Amino acid sequence: MPLLSLITYSPIVGVAAILALRLTGKPDDARTVSAAKWIALVTTLATFALSVLMVVQFDPNDAGFQFVEDAAWFGGLHYRMGVDGISVLFVLLTAFLMPICIAASWRSIENRVLEYLIAFLILETLVVGVFCALDLVLFYVFFEFGLIPMFLIIGIWGGKRRVYAAFKFFLYTLLGSVLLLAAALAMINIAGTSSIPELMKFKFDPSLQVWLWLAFFASFAVKMPMWPVHTWLPDAHVEAPTAGSVILAGILLKMGGYGFMRFSLPMFPQASELFTPLVFALSVIAVVYTSLVAFRQDDIKKLIAYSSVAHMGFVTMGIFSGNVQGEQGAIFQMLSHGLISGALFLCVGVVYDRMHTREIAFYGGLVNRMPWYAAVFMLFTMGNVGLPGTSGFVGEILTMTGAYNASTWTALVAATGVIFSAVYALSLYRRVIFGELVNPKLAGITDLDAREIAIFAPLVIGTLILGVYPNYVFNLTQTSVDHLVTVYRAAVGG
Amino acid sequence: MNLSADLALAYPQLILGVAALVLLVWGAFAPRATAMLAGAAVVTLLGAAYAAAITPAGRAFGGGMISDAASAFAQVAIYVACAIAIPLGQPWFERRGVRNFEFPVLIILAALGMGMMASSGDLISLYVGVELHSLALYVLAAMHRDDSKASEAGLKYFVLGALSSGLLLYGASLIYGFAGSTLFSDIAVAVKSGAGTGVLFGLVFLICGLAFKVSAAPFHMWTPDVYEGAPTPVVAFFAAAPKLAAMVLFARALGQGFAGAAEQWQQVLVAIALISVAVGAFWGLVQKNLKRLWAYSSIANIGYALLGLASGDAQGVQAMLVFMVLYMIDVTGFFACLAALSRQGRPMETIDDMAGLIKEQPGIALAMTAFSLSALGLPPFSGFWAKYYVFKASIGAGLGPFAVAALVGSVVAAFYYLRLIKVIWFDASEGATDSPPLEARAISVALALFTFPVVLVALTWIDPLAHAAATAFGLA
Repeated sequence: MPLLSLITYSPIVGVAAILALRLTGKPDDARTVSAAKWIALVTTLATFALSVLMVVQFDPNDAGFQFVEDAAWFGGLHYRMGVDGISVLFVLLTAFLMPICIAASWRSIENRVLEYLIAFLILETLVVGVFCALDLVLFYVFFEFGLIPMFLIIGIWGGKRRVYAAFKFFLYTLLGSVLLLAAALAMINIAGTSSIPELMKFKFDPSLQVWLWLAFFASFAVKMPMWPVHTWLPDAHVEAPTAGSVILAGILLKMGGYGFMRFSLPMFPQASELFTPLVFALSVIAVVYTSLVAFRQDDIKKLIAYSSVAHMGFVTMGIFSGNVQGEQGAIFQMLSHGLISGALFLCVGVVYDRMHTREIAFYGGLVNRMPWYAAVFMLFTMGNVGLPGTSGFVGEILTMTGAYNASTWTALVAATGVIFSAVYALSLYRRVIFGELVNPKLAGITDLDAREIAIFAPLVIGTLILGVYPNYVFNLTQTSVDHLVTVYRAAVGG
Repeated sequence: MNLSADLALAYPQLILGVAALVLLVWGAFAPRATAMLAGAAVVTLLGAAYAAAITPAGRAFGGGMISDAASAFAQVAIYVACAIAIPLGQPWFERRGVRNFEFPVLIILAALGMGMMASSGDLISLYVGVELHSLALYVLAAMHRDDSKASEAGLKYFVLGALSSGLLLYGASLIYGFAGSTLFSDIAVAVKSGAGTGVLFGLVFLICGLAFKVSAAPFHMWTPDVYEGAPTPVVAFFAAAPKLAAMVLFARALGQGFAGAAEQWQQVLVAIALISVAVGAFWGLVQKNLKRLWAYSSIANIGYALLGLASGDAQGVQAMLVFMVLYMIDVTGFFACLAALSRQGRPMETIDDMAGLIKEQPGIALAMTAFSLSALGLPPFSGFWAKYYVFKASIGAGLGPFAVAALVGSVVAAFYYLRLIKVIWFDASEGATDSPPLEARAISVALALFTFPVVLVALTWIDPLAHAAATAFGLA
C-alpha cells in the first residue's frame, strides 16, 4: 500500500469534496459553509490517523528510507517518496497541527470560507510532500508550490497590511528558492540522477560544494528564517490569520531545518564544515539579538514571531554542531517549537477573536476573567522559556550540549539567550495576564469555550509528554541521526 | 530524386496551399458561409497536422526542404495552434461586425509559411517561409479595420517587419556570397573549413532578423505596440505559433548551417537572451495594460528559450522545443482569457479592470491565475517545467552564471505576475462583467487545465518527441 502517497494526497479528497459542494450549492450559504468545515476537519483527522499508522509501522532500527515508492516519470525523473527517522515525525507534526488549524478557524474566518479551507488542505498536501519527497525535483515542486496557498492565505484573510506582507513573504522565499533550483540542476547534471538517496552517496568536488552549499543555504536560511534574512517573518505572522501563523511557525519554518539535515550536511559535508563558524555566528546573533528585539515589541504576535526566530537559532546551531546531541536536539527543538509556538499563536488568536486587537498595552489582568486561559497561556510561556518538564527544555539543552562540544563560545553566548527568552516571555505574560483589569472593554471578556479547550488539549498533552519523556521522539530518530552523524564525521575526517 | 517523391514529403504544405486557394474562392462566391468555411479550415489544419506527423523523413527539392522528426514536431504544434486560433477569432470578429471570410484563409496561409519555416533546408525557402507568414500576420493585425489602434498596429508591424526582413535578406545574401551556396548543408561544409568574416557578418544579420521575428531584445520595440493594438484573439495567435516556427528555424539554421561556428553564435545568443530577460522583467514592472504586460512577458520568455538554444547541444535544443510548446499553450490561454472578458461591452485590458475577478468570473479568473503562475515559472505549472528544461540544459552546457542571472530576472518578473494575481484575488470587484462567450471560455479553461495538472502526464510523451526532434538538428 503506498502509505505515503495516501497521506500526502488524502487532503486532496477533501478539496474535491468541497469543490463539488461549491459547484452544487451556494458558496455563502450557512449550511454549505458548515458542511465544508466538517469535510475539512474529517479529512485532516483521517490524514492524521494515517500518519499515526505510518509512525506505528515505522521501524526505528532501520537507518534507511522506509515506505519507499518509486515510479519512473519523464526525462529521467522519478516519483520517489520515502521517510526516515529524520522526516517521519515532521509528517506526523503536520498532520497533527492541521485539524487544530481548521478547528481554530471555525468562527474567526467569515468570508470566502470554502476557498480558505481548500487553501489549507492543499497546503497540507504540499508540506507533507516536502517531507516525503525523495527526488530532488519532486522536493522542489512541493517546496515551491507551498508558496501559493500561503500567499493567498496571508493576502486574502490577513490583517491591514496583508498585501505588503504577502508580497514580501513570496518574493523573499522565491529569490532563495531559485538559487536552490540552479544548484539542484547543477547537481543533477553532475551526478546524473535526481534521487536524493543517490545524491547523498555522491561525493561532490569540495570546491563545487561551496557554491552548492551557499545556494541551498540561501533558500533554507530564508525559510528558517535566520538572521539577517528573517525580516519577512514578523510581517507575515502579524498579518496572517491565526491558523496561518500556526502553520507558518509550526510547520513551514521546519522545512528550512529539515532541508539542512537532508541536503546540506549529507550532500556537502566539507562545505558544511567550512561554513560552520558562519552558521554559528548567525545563530547566536539570532538567539541574542532577536530575543532583545522581541522584548521591545508592542504587538503580541510580533513578539512571538521574533521569539520564533530566536528559537530557530538554537536549531541551526544544533544542526551544524555535527554531533548526535546537536542533531537530536535540533529535531526535538523543531517538533517542540511546532507545538509551543503554534499554541502561543492560538493563545493570541483567542483574545484577538474577542477584542480584535493584538496590542499588549490593551490587555492586562486577564487572569481575573479568564482563569483557564491564563493557565494554558502560562504553560506555553514556560515551554517557550524552556522550563524543565516542558518540551522546550529538552531541545534547548541538547542543542546547547551539542554546540558546547563543537564550540564552547557559541554555547556560552547562546545560553544567555535562554535568559533573554525568560525576560520577554515572562514580561509578556505579566503585562497581558496579571495585574488589575483596568481596561473597561475587557470587563465582558469570556474564558475559553469548549471548542477552544478541545483545541488546546492535544497541544498541552503533547508539550508535557515530550517534556517528561522525550524518548518517544529519540527512539524514532536515533538510528537515522547516528547514521547521519557517522557519515558526516567520516566525510570531514573528524 | 523525382518530383512525385519530392511532393510526397510536402503533403502537409500541399494540403494547406490547396485548401487556402479553394477556401478563398469558396468565400468569394459564398461570403455568408463563414461558419462552415471556418470549420473547413480547422479540419484542414488538423489534417495537415496529421499528415506532418506521418510524413517520412527525407530531403526534397534539392535539399531546400527537410522532413525529419524536428519538422514533424514543430508542424504538428504549429498547425494545432492555428486550428485553435480560428474558433477563438472568427466569432470574436463576427460579434464586432467584421463578417469576413478572410480570417481562416489568412490563418491557413500563415500556417503554410510557418510550415515552410519549420522544414526549410536552405536560405531561399527560409526567406519565402518567413515572408509568407509575416504578410499574413500583418493583415491579421489590421483585420479589425474600423479600429484605428488595430490599423496602427498593423502598419507598425508591417514597417518594422519589413525592416527585419531586409536584415534577414541582407544576411542571407552575404552568407550566400561568401559560402557559395544557399543550402544549409553546403554552408556547414564551408563554415567547417574556416568561417570567414563575411560569413560571420552574414550570420549576425541573419540572427538579428530572426531575433526581430521572435521579438527578442534589443529587437523587441514593435512587440508591445502591436500586442496592444491588434485584436486580442489575433494576438493569442501570433504570440504563440510564429514564435515556435521562428525558433525552430533559428535552431535549424544555426545547427545545420553553422554548427562549426557554434562558439561565435553562442555568445551572441547568450547576450540577446539575457538582454531579453532583463528588458522583459524590468519594463514589465511599469505596464498597466495587460496586453503590453504580456508582450514584455513574452520578450522575457523568448530570452529563456534562446538561453536553451545557446547551450548549443541536443539537450539545449530539446529544452528550447519543450519550452516553446509549453509557452505557446500558456500565452494562447492568457489571451483567450482576455478575449473572453468584457465589461458592458468594453474590453477589459488593464490590470485594474481585473479587480476582484475571482468573485465575478471564477473560471476565467482561476485560468488567468494558472497562466500567470505558469509564466512566473512556479511549480508544478507547465511554465516551471519549461524553465526546468532550459536551465538544466544551460547549466549542463557550462552557462551556469548566465542561468543564475536569468533566474534572478524571473524573480523580478514574478512581481508583476503576483500583482495581477493580487488584483484578481484580493481587491474588491467593480461588477458588471459580461458573461464570457462560450468558445473563449472553453479554450481558456481547457488550456489552463493543461498547465496543471495535464502537463504532468503530457510531458511523458512531449519529452521523448522533443528529444527525437532535437537530435534531428545535428547538434551533438
